[in-house]
Formats: sequence, structure tokens, C-alpha cells
Amino acid sequence: MSEHGGRNAQSTQSTQSTQSTQAGDALVDVKDLSVSFMTDAGPIKAIDGVDFVIPRKTVVGVVGESGSGKSVTARSIIRLLPETATTGGAIYLRADDDGDGVDVLTMSVRDLQRMRGDAAAMVFQEPNSVLNPVYTIGWQIEEGLRAHGLTDKKQLRAKSIEILDKVGIPDAATRVDYYPHQFSGGQKQRIVIAMALVLNPGLILADEPTTALDVTVQAEILDLLRLARDEFGASVLIITHNMGVVADIADQVVVMYRGHVVEQGSVDQIFYDPQADYTKRLLAAVPRIGQRLVVRDAAGDVIERKVDWRAEPVVVKAEHMDITYPGRFMQPDFKAVDDVSFEIHRSEVLGLVGESGSGKSTTGRAIAGLQRISGGSLDVLGMEMKGFKERRFKPLREQIGFVFQDPGSSFDPLMTILENVAEPLIVHGRYRTAAQARQYVGELLEMVQLPRTYMNRFPHELSGGQRQRASLARALALKPSLLIADEPTSALDVSVQAKVLELFKTLQAEIGFACLFITHDLAVVDMLADRIMVMHKGRIVEHGDSSQIMRHPSDPYTKKLLASLPVPDPREQAAHREELHELLAKEA
Amino acid sequence: MSESTELKVGVPGDTRLEKLNVEPPKSWLSRLPVVRDLKIAVGWQKGMLVTGLVLTAFFLIVAVFAPWIAPYGYAQIKGADGVAFPTQAPPSKAHIWGTTVGGFDVFSRTVWGARTAVIAIVVAVLLSIFAGVFLGLVSGYFGGWVDRVFVVIADAVYSFPSLLLAILMAIMISGGQSSLWGGILASGISITVVYIPQYFRTIRAEVIRIKDCAYVESAKVVGASTWRIMGRHLLRNSTRTLPVILTLNSSEAILTLAGLGFLGFGIEPTAAAEWGYDLNRSVADVTSGIWWTAVFPGLAIVLIVLGITLIGESLNDLADPRLRARKSAGEVIGSIEDTSVDSPNPDESLAAVAEEQALEAAETDPTERGGDTRTVADEYMVTQDPEIAVVVRDVPDESEGVIKR
Repeated sequence: MSEHGGRNAQSTQSTQSTQSTQAGDALVDVKDLSVSFMTDAGPIKAIDGVDFVIPRKTVVGVVGESGSGKSVTARSIIRLLPETATTGGAIYLRADDDGDGVDVLTMSVRDLQRMRGDAAAMVFQEPNSVLNPVYTIGWQIEEGLRAHGLTDKKQLRAKSIEILDKVGIPDAATRVDYYPHQFSGGQKQRIVIAMALVLNPGLILADEPTTALDVTVQAEILDLLRLARDEFGASVLIITHNMGVVADIADQVVVMYRGHVVEQGSVDQIFYDPQADYTKRLLAAVPRIGQRLVVRDAAGDVIERKVDWRAEPVVVKAEHMDITYPGRFMQPDFKAVDDVSFEIHRSEVLGLVGESGSGKSTTGRAIAGLQRISGGSLDVLGMEMKGFKERRFKPLREQIGFVFQDPGSSFDPLMTILENVAEPLIVHGRYRTAAQARQYVGELLEMVQLPRTYMNRFPHELSGGQRQRASLARALALKPSLLIADEPTSALDVSVQAKVLELFKTLQAEIGFACLFITHDLAVVDMLADRIMVMHKGRIVEHGDSSQIMRHPSDPYTKKLLASLPVPDPREQAAHREELHELLAKEA
Repeated sequence: MSESTELKVGVPGDTRLEKLNVEPPKSWLSRLPVVRDLKIAVGWQKGMLVTGLVLTAFFLIVAVFAPWIAPYGYAQIKGADGVAFPTQAPPSKAHIWGTTVGGFDVFSRTVWGARTAVIAIVVAVLLSIFAGVFLGLVSGYFGGWVDRVFVVIADAVYSFPSLLLAILMAIMISGGQSSLWGGILASGISITVVYIPQYFRTIRAEVIRIKDCAYVESAKVVGASTWRIMGRHLLRNSTRTLPVILTLNSSEAILTLAGLGFLGFGIEPTAAAEWGYDLNRSVADVTSGIWWTAVFPGLAIVLIVLGITLIGESLNDLADPRLRARKSAGEVIGSIEDTSVDSPNPDESLAAVAEEQALEAAETDPTERGGDTRTVADEYMVTQDPEIAVVVRDVPDESEGVIKR
């Protein structure tokens, strides 16, 4: 711990400062780094000529769309690359304060092992797969210490309790003997960060550390990473695609695009004075609260709905609906949806917001007939869904479209896009074979702005955004009057998300289907929805017009949700963060 | 629906774009499991696969052309001139691998034995594969008590030694000593009983994984019937691992047939040539220095099983991206793959974008690989993490559809 104290004293300059980018003060200096992978298709370059520095005691955010080489760059720093990778260039890591540092890429395996954990540690995206389920968390934290030569049992245990306490695990002395499954997702990520911090490394590489977590937990983890910088004096390299997270935590930002660094600068410079075109486009695509999405047609006129949804008939009506999952042996049933009432009008977009496990997807699945309800009533297109018969519901199915979250698995990989999109048409007898539906499927693809020729491709030959558009085409093939979109954009990059949302809004205005838009992203739902429902632990805690809920939330949970959502603007976010801390202080 | 189609791509009737975008036609041959694997294999994995294929092909040719290759019939003990063959004669010009104690020509018996072996494989595989796959589909998709019952039965069958079962079958079918078909059926059926659970288990596991995939749910939402979901989506997507079990199953079939023969429950020498029987007869010869009666049928068994097992094992390794060997690039080369979705000019007309994409598709190698949104580099990164690697392995290896050489 003495070492950490020394480091603290030595670097007391403001972490926001940009002078620290001077080479002499840099913790890591990445010089002309290139990595290529040997694949079945031949060599592929993942990153090319990447140059940047990580100053001491600084949080560096790396942003860029998926496939831009963010993860490869971070993993190169501790040489955690597969055998098929070949590297060029150099990465100088100055673990100690003296000298020029050593090149990680040419280090011996022995030095590398000492360096990992000691000088640099990694925090992964999915805490569930990082923690070993058969060992206690204490054992797992101690493992890193043991690997670096600490053997005294009492000391090991004391250290792990101390670090758990620091990362905010309540009652650490007892819970050090717990197993990973006894913690929540957010706590698990805290433990993973504790594992990284316990060796007091100078550098923490965090690869999308909050992507798998809910926004309220995300705010806590970001606070923790801030703590790592301020109290432990570590530098943090955080990889993320969320501009809000960058605005919240980063001091420096590196923008990557197609394997190159297009821009590096302080967070203020990137957000308020972006230089590269790509950075500007990226920032323009980020959804913000309070910004309604306005779509225009080719002539520049705003596309509006022709009817007032409030006057339209009701398509879906739920009254005191309950959905329970039967419990396992000797365990009580799990109530996923509890006494929920709502209605959806024709041509209305109803946003359903909630964190994971709040029952929002279950509600959507119940409307689509994928999940049976156990209490109350649910009326879909005039049919009662309680105890429904599949045979009687089938004719109604053609009026319901469903867009799934994961564009990767929503198409049969062995069927072409044509066959996939034509499936509802064939099932409902519009066409006998996919080949006959060719003309119509082509029109559908053009409607979702995909080239007609894509129908001959297989799903994996399309990018995520293209696949999600094709998914929309399939959902709209039978001209449904009700569309259920279950997190349709959460697997997509910001720039793609913006395009899919725009398309969605256009089609909704033109066709006028009723829509249940399920998402965890408040900014996205604010762009699209007429009304918003907020779900928490199976109940609807707030329900009303979207502008009302976004500006003047009344429920404490909604308030917390809104306050936790990082704003993609560093100055605004600083104030926003204070609000959250006040709110949490009041709660406690 | 066509109100919004002002954004038409290309000109109606202009099929040039379409032609550009269509993949170069692939022959059905290159999509076959073994042929495809042969293409992606490198190094010692390729060596293993090629050795297995050569050995297996050799035995297949011998089986098909046995009547022309073998100088004598499998049950022949007299020459054309009516003179009986010498017994236990060492290899000579007339009998290149010698003769047995019963006066059979070893070379002819070994060649004819290949035919029996191949028939046994075909029968065993045919009997078990259909039932196993069907039961696996039904059990995996419907679940519930049907599934429980099938799984319990399958587990119970696992506990039977297959050879014991084969002996039982041999006795039931033909009272121990049997004809060609009696012996083959005995080994075939016993193998079937043991192998149905294996096909069943594999297919069931795949089906359970796939049935939660969004595309199966999507078919349900659309209103597709159960049979359509099972036939169109589940069956085709779950048979990926079959070639591996199939080959391993085949080698087991031969071993059981040989084992039956060796124990004396096999096929009568007058009904067909069978390596196990020949080995049994040569037990006494070995102690008296007569090596040729045991070595050749024994080698034949070893080599055919080795050949098939090599194919199976290398298919297994090649199906797994973690086990698949690749050449090393040696230096930092290759082009950055175009994974970006960002179009530099948002006002650019769609037609131009499409044209550009079409040209790119025709000229360069889009190397995005199948199954999910991860890019190649990401996927390889991910395979470092054992937990996630399982997920990656599950991504169907349809790479042949994307990777154009």
C-alpha cells in the first residue's frame, strides 16, 4: 500500500489536464500498433498504425463502432491476443516511474505474467463469465495475490476483505466466503473490479464494463472506476460504445474508426470541438433525452401521422394481467408480471421501459402469444389471451409483427433472406413458395431501404443493422396492425441505431400500425413513443405521455432511472451526476 | 406498401446489379461436409483427414471390386482343377498371403471381408440414424414427460455393453451361427440399440439450444405449424454434428462385427468372409509360428477402423474454431475488413450505395463470418474466453457461404 501512497503524492496534478500527454509522463505509449489475424479467409488486419498514449491517473475512453478495433487495441496492451494474431509496432509500458518503459510486444512470457495483474489488469464485459462459480469470491481475489507471491493466509484474507470493502460490498468480512451466484450482476462486476484493484496495478483495462448492466448499476460501476483513479491512482482505459459513459467518466477520449485512431483529445475537445468528420457524425447520431425524432421524406417535408391515435380504436387491452413462471421443486412461483393494466391504440407507439428482469419482455411475449398469462385478462385484437387455443389464435397472428432484439439469431442461418422474409407469407398462404414471393419481398426490402438484391444473401452476409432492417421487413410482410418491437436497437451501434429508428418512425407514420416498443434506453423511447410505461419488478410504476414522464417524473424509481442515464455531454453530465448522488443520498 | 418505394434501387428491369450481388454459384460438391472440411484444413489436421480419407476410400474400392480383385471365392477350398488348396501353407505364388487351417486363401478372404464390413456399416448407420434423429427432434422440441421418458431409456441403454447385446441378438436372430445377413443384422441391430441414444442425445441437445433462438420464436409468432418449424428450421440446423458421430459409429460397427466373429457368433465361413472369424481360427496358428493367417485380417480391421476414426476426429476438430489449426500470418498483413456501417455522406443516394456495395462484393473479399454480428477479429478475441468460446462454437460454421476464395 505504501507504493500506492507514493504514487498518489507524486501525481497530484489535475486529472482533467491535457499536458499529461507529454511522452515522459505517459503510463502507456502505443506506437504504430498494427495487429492482423489469420483466419480461414486469409489474413485480416484488425488495427493499423494506432498511436496514442495513456497518461498516469487518467481515464481514457476508447469509442468506436463494433469492429473498429477497440478491444484488439486494449488486449494488445497486455498481449492477450490469440495465437493467430500477428503484431507490429510497439507498446511501451512504464510500470515504474523510471526509464523508458518496456515494450510489451517483445517481452518474455515470464515478464509478461508478472506484468499482468501487477502493472495492468483487465475488467471484462460479462462479470458472470469471469468469476468461477465453484470458488468463493475471496479465494478468487486471493488467487491474484498468490500468483504474485503473497502466501500468508491471514494477510491474504485481510487484503481481500479490505478491497471488497473499498469497492462497496456491504458486510465484506462475511461475504468474502460467498460464491459468485450469491451476488447480483452489479455486485459481481464490483468484485471483478476488486480483483483487478487488489494488486494495485497502474493500469486497468475495462472492456465495455457496463454494457451488460442496467443504467442504475452502470452509474455505480462508473463511480467505482472513478474511485480507482482518484484513490488508487490508477489509469483506466475504458472501451465503450456509449457516448454518455464517455462523457461521464473519461478525461481523454480516443475515437477509433475502421482500425485507425481518427481523433484523440480531452473529453471537452471531443464533445464540444470535434475535428474529425467521423466524430461529428458519431455525436450527431447519439440519442438525447428531450429530442423528438423528426423524419423527412425525399422532398424535405416532415412525415407525420395522418390520424390522431387517441381517437383510434383500442388494439390491445390488459386488465390486471399476471404472468407467473412456475417455480422449481420446493420453490415458490416467480411472478414476472404483476397486476398490469394498459391499452394500446391503433397507430400509437407505446414505449415500455424497464431494467432487465422487470417483466417488460414477458409482457411483449404475452401479447404475441409466446407466453401464457396466468391471471387477469389480456385482449389482443379482440381475442382473450387467457387460456387461448393456438388454432383459434393463428388467423390473428398475421396481424401481429414481432421484431426481436438480437439480429444475429432472428434469422434461420441456413435460409436466404428471401426465404426468411417470405416465411410469414408462405405460412399464411399468400404465396406457395418463396420463389413466387420474390417480387413482393423485393418491394419489402426496398421499403426498409435495403437493396433488392440482398434477398439472395444469407443472414450472416448482412451487417447487424441490415439484418435488423430485414427483420423489420419480415415483421411488416403481412401488413400487421400491431407490431411488437423487443429491444430492436439495443444490439446495434449508435450510428446504425439512429438509422433504424428513423426508418421505424417513417414506416409507423406511413402504415399506422399500433406498436409496443420495448427498450431499456430512455433516450430511445423518448424519441419515438407517444406514451411511456415504466416497469419495475413486474409492476407498472408510472404510465403517461412521454413528455410528461421525461420532464416531470413522479415515481421515485423513474426519477432514479432518469438520473442514472448518462447524458452525452460532459459538462451537463457533471451536474446530472450531482443530481443522482443527491437523489441516492435522499433515498438512503 | 409501395408508397415509400421512391427510394428504388436501380432501374426496373435492370438486372446487372442483381447479377453482381449474387454469389458465384457453388457446386453442391463443395458444400458436402467432408469436402468442405478438406478445404479449410491445414497442417497436421489436413494430414489426418487425408490419411483417413485415403484409407477409407481404399477399403471402399476393395469392397466394391472384391470379385475382380480376389483370385478365389471367399468359401473356395479347391482350385479350378479340383485339387484342394494346401492347409496352413505359407505365402507362395498361388496363395500370396498363404492359406488357413481350413484351406481358405487368406488374401481372398481378406478382400471379401471388406465387402462384409462395408455392408455392416451401412446397415448399422441406416438403422440407427433415422430413428435417432427423429426421436431427438421430437423429444427436444416438445420436452415435458415425453422427453423425460426418452432420456431415461437412453440412459438405461448406455449401461448395456454393446458386445453383450450383439451376442444376444446373434442368438435370437440365428441361434448363434449365422448366414451373411443374420450376422450383419445381429451386429447392425445391436449397434443400433446402442447408437440411437447417441444420435438422440446429440440432436436433442442441439434442438434444445436452437429452439430458444429468435428465428424459431419468430416462426412461432408468424404462426408456422409445429411440423414446419421442426422440418424447416430445427432439422436442418441441428444436424451439424452428425458427420462426426456417423464416422465414429461406423468404426464401432466394424469392431462389433469382428468381435462377434471372434467369439464365434459371427457369420459362417461359407456364407461370407469375415475378419473376426478368421482371427478366431488363427488363434491356434500363432503359437505354432504361422503368422500369415492372423496378421492380414487383423491389419485390415485396424486400418479400416483407423481410417474412419481419423476422418471422424479431424471433422470434430475442424468443426471447432478453437481446435482448428490455421497458418500464421508471419507478418502484419491483410486488409482492414469493412465492418463499418457508417456512410460518410448521409445524403448519398441509396442507389449509389447499393452499386458500391455490389461492386465491393464482386471485387473484394467480404470476410464477415456467420452467425452473429461479431466481426472476425472480435470472434477470435472471444475464443480466448472459454465461457464465451462455447457460444462461438455454437455459431453454425456456415463460413463456406461467406468466405470466397
